Amino acid sequence: MTWFLRNWDQVAIALWEHIVISLTSLSIAFAISLVAGILAARHERVFRWALGVSGLLYTIPTLAFLALLIPVVGLGRTNAIICMVAFSLMIMIRNVATGIREVPGDVVEAAKGMGMDAGEILRRIELPLALPVIVAGLRIATVTVISVAVVAAYVNAGGLGTLIFSGISSDHAPKIWAGALTACALAVVADLGLAQLEQWLRRRAA
Amino acid sequence: MLLVEAWQFILAHPERFLSALWTHIALSASALAIAIAIAVPLGVVLSGTRRAAQFAIAGANVGRTLPSLAVLALVMPIMGTGFVPSLFALTLLALPPILINTYTAVRQVEPDVVDAARGMGMTRNEIRRKVELPLALPVIFAGIRTAAVQVISGAVLAAYIGGGGLGDFITAGIAMMALPQLFVGAIPATLLALGTDRLFGALQRAMTPAGLRS
Repeated sequence: MTWFLRNWDQVAIALWEHIVISLTSLSIAFAISLVAGILAARHERVFRWALGVSGLLYTIPTLAFLALLIPVVGLGRTNAIICMVAFSLMIMIRNVATGIREVPGDVVEAAKGMGMDAGEILRRIELPLALPVIVAGLRIATVTVISVAVVAAYVNAGGLGTLIFSGISSDHAPKIWAGALTACALAVVADLGLAQLEQWLRRRAA
Repeated sequence: MLLVEAWQFILAHPERFLSALWTHIALSASALAIAIAIAVPLGVVLSGTRRAAQFAIAGANVGRTLPSLAVLALVMPIMGTGFVPSLFALTLLALPPILINTYTAVRQVEPDVVDAARGMGMTRNEIRRKVELPLALPVIFAGIRTAAVQVISGAVLAAYIGGGGLGDFITAGIAMMALPQLFVGAIPATLLALGTDRLFGALQRAMTPAGLRS
């Protein structure tokens, strides 16, 4: 605790780095998943392929994934971000696609009857109705990304893992506690926050 | 090219590779076995309660969000380094998905089906064994599958707290920037995770009663 109080600025910087790489990865993953998910919702074959490939990526152990990328992109933030994007794709593509598929057919028919074109239906009907499911996917992806980012400190990506690794190598327990507990807190807070958002969206939709 | 060098590294140090692989499998399998032994009975018991279940499931939901490396790291200052602390941390990681799925699996068995079984004259025990368990098994197995992949993935990280396993090659490879060594750890770990996922997926399908298969 005393270590934490004396070095809170170090923890704050690590936390900030952690949040920045997590948000960067999530934004990239969200953009890819939105396109892939919309296509997958329309075409069964795209759905199966996208989920097959992203599911495969999702199963690879985090540290193994980071290691396999080293010969290609080296150490650093790029490596970490590619890995974090890869890990969030499966959950987000699946949820975007199922969210759109669950929109009742007669709602889409009614929109067509009102003279909306495909783009308008997507933007004004399908995506808004799919939003709670998409946010549910975003929630799992966020927790996953925060977890991967801890490991990514090992390939020099920065973040809270830095404290853990330097604590382990110098056998300095307070540093490990500070890094690990802050990472846990970040994951729990992000999870609860997005759960609230999801519930609010569901209530609003009902 | 790297792949060939990685293969040559394995051929040059077969006992080092096999012992790391064995440690990895032993660590993962024991953690999974202990977690199953705790979480499945606990989940079944909890499904009959209300207050305790709410508490335990909320706890499991929080546990599920905790980063694997953070859990491993938190165990180290308390239990030290080595196989046993790693086993403890990995067991903790495996508990939430199995507990949550077992609880949900038993809860979702429809009361009508249980009523029908009772009407056919089955005893409480027979209902447990012949109706509830077969219906719950596929969902329980889905939880075990998630936990298994997570544990194999976590066991790679156990190298940081001296747990051994395939992660040792990766950490050594990064430390010395020896690329072939990275592959010696990363490729078998990946294959192990993918293989386990497939195996448990197949088992899960086999467990599904014929009438429920789609």
